[in-house]
Amino acid sequence: MRYLINNPDKVLELLGEHLVMAGTALVISILIALPLSVLLAKWPRLATLVMGVLGALYTIPSIALLILLLPVFGLNQRSVIVALIIYTQIILVRNLVAGLNGVPATMLEAAKGMGMNGWQRWSRVQLPLAMPVILAGVRLAMVVAIAIATIGAKFGAGGLGTLLFEGIAQNRYDKILAGSLVVALTALIANALLLRLESRFTVEKRIARAARRQRIQAGNEAAQVA
Amino acid sequence: MGELRFDHVSKQFSGTERPAVDDCSLTVEDGKFIVLLGPSGCGKTTLLKMVNRLYDPTAGTIYLDNKDIQQSNVTGLRRQIGYVIQQTGLFPHMTVAQNISVVPDLLRWDKARMQARVDELLDLVHLPPAQYRDRYPSQLSGGQQQRVGVARALAGDPQLILMDEPFGAIDAITRLSLQDETLKLQRQLRKTILFVTHDVDEALRLADKIVIMRHGKIVQYDTPLAILSQPADDFVNELVGGGDMVRQLGLVRVELAMQPLPPNFQLDGQPTIAGDQSLREALSHLLRNDVEALVVTDNRVPVGLLQMDDLRIGDPRSSQSHAVAPRQEIA
Repeated sequence: MRYLINNPDKVLELLGEHLVMAGTALVISILIALPLSVLLAKWPRLATLVMGVLGALYTIPSIALLILLLPVFGLNQRSVIVALIIYTQIILVRNLVAGLNGVPATMLEAAKGMGMNGWQRWSRVQLPLAMPVILAGVRLAMVVAIAIATIGAKFGAGGLGTLLFEGIAQNRYDKILAGSLVVALTALIANALLLRLESRFTVEKRIARAARRQRIQAGNEAAQVA
Repeated sequence: MGELRFDHVSKQFSGTERPAVDDCSLTVEDGKFIVLLGPSGCGKTTLLKMVNRLYDPTAGTIYLDNKDIQQSNVTGLRRQIGYVIQQTGLFPHMTVAQNISVVPDLLRWDKARMQARVDELLDLVHLPPAQYRDRYPSQLSGGQQQRVGVARALAGDPQLILMDEPFGAIDAITRLSLQDETLKLQRQLRKTILFVTHDVDEALRLADKIVIMRHGKIVQYDTPLAILSQPADDFVNELVGGGDMVRQLGLVRVELAMQPLPPNFQLDGQPTIAGDQSLREALSHLLRNDVEALVVTDNRVPVGLLQMDDLRIGDPRSSQSHAVAPRQEIA
């Protein structure tokens, strides 16, 4: 704890690097996963193949994967971001496909029969209904990205891992502890924020919120009358 | 507006031996309530779904108001045809108001017009707007969901409405009242309705004319009364429960069996019966009052005469004279 209090600037700088790495990777990963999953939801056979490949990539240890990427992308943040994209891809695609396929075919046919075109069916019916499952995937991917980004420090990418590796080299337990604590807290906070976002898209939660609003409104009106 | 014509229409799904719909020709007049009836797999739903082009026929042509539907823009066509399916068709993430606004929204109506339309339609299906507008489908009973489904189909003010077993998953009592309301709604709005069901009672109760299908072919296309009195073959006879006269009487509306009023008719204390009552109720009236004839009324206005002889629906001699009386306009 003392290390954190004495070196807030350094910790904040490393946290910033860490978040930029994980965040960039996640955004790019989502942009790849969205069209890919639409394709895979349409062609289940292709899905088996692609998911198999992504699953296999996921099993490669992170250090090994980074070493493989270094010759291509260099000893910097780029290698780490590419690795994170590869790792989070299977999580995102699996949840996206499950979410999209979870929307009943009869409902999509109703949308079609009412005159929605392909884009409208996707954006107005399929995507919103799949949103809770998709966001659960994004949440998991975010936590994985934050965790794995830690080893980026070993490959010249900076981030909170720097504290851990310095701590090990210098035998400084306070540094190791500070690094671990901040990584864990970051992951927890990101998880909580995305969980909130997820509940906004869950119909049951939306109904509960509407009911609460109504009760408060009724209460206010009653108070006014009184 | 709303006349529908099938001209030698067939649909063969790839990988199947026989066509799902096999050379069907049929004209549906504007403003009529037509029920497609038959066992599962007879092709009735396929025939229905070809109208809003969820399926395209492999042979033949379908005309809406004398225009080949293949020639029109497909989403445009669908937006001008109402579509009701079992209650799973409501979008669970949208409120009642949003569900009803789907087609108006696709047609780019402005906000105020859409809101007014939502309230108007909720009133029409007896769901007070202030109470139901902002609810989600999961907060409604099955019957209420189905009413919202009907309101949604009416939203763009289509002249033709397709209903695909809309009351299939609803308990018997609610189903009866929904059938009743649908019938009233149709009389009020004069829409052409194409309604798919495998429930014979439902078909007899609702239809102006019934299309009976089997193995993709139309076996008989006639009024409920004519189907009961002159079934085309044994299959139809068995389907509509031929022989059980009392049950059949319970399913046919009085107005479908009545005779025209004599000229200069004056209502003078004779016993009356409403046109939407069943023949069974008419029989019980006749017996109870010990009279030969009942005056049939629509909104208390005499529109026809029903005699004991008119109840012999199983007897071809009596049915010859039955012309389907046009329904009286509601003032």
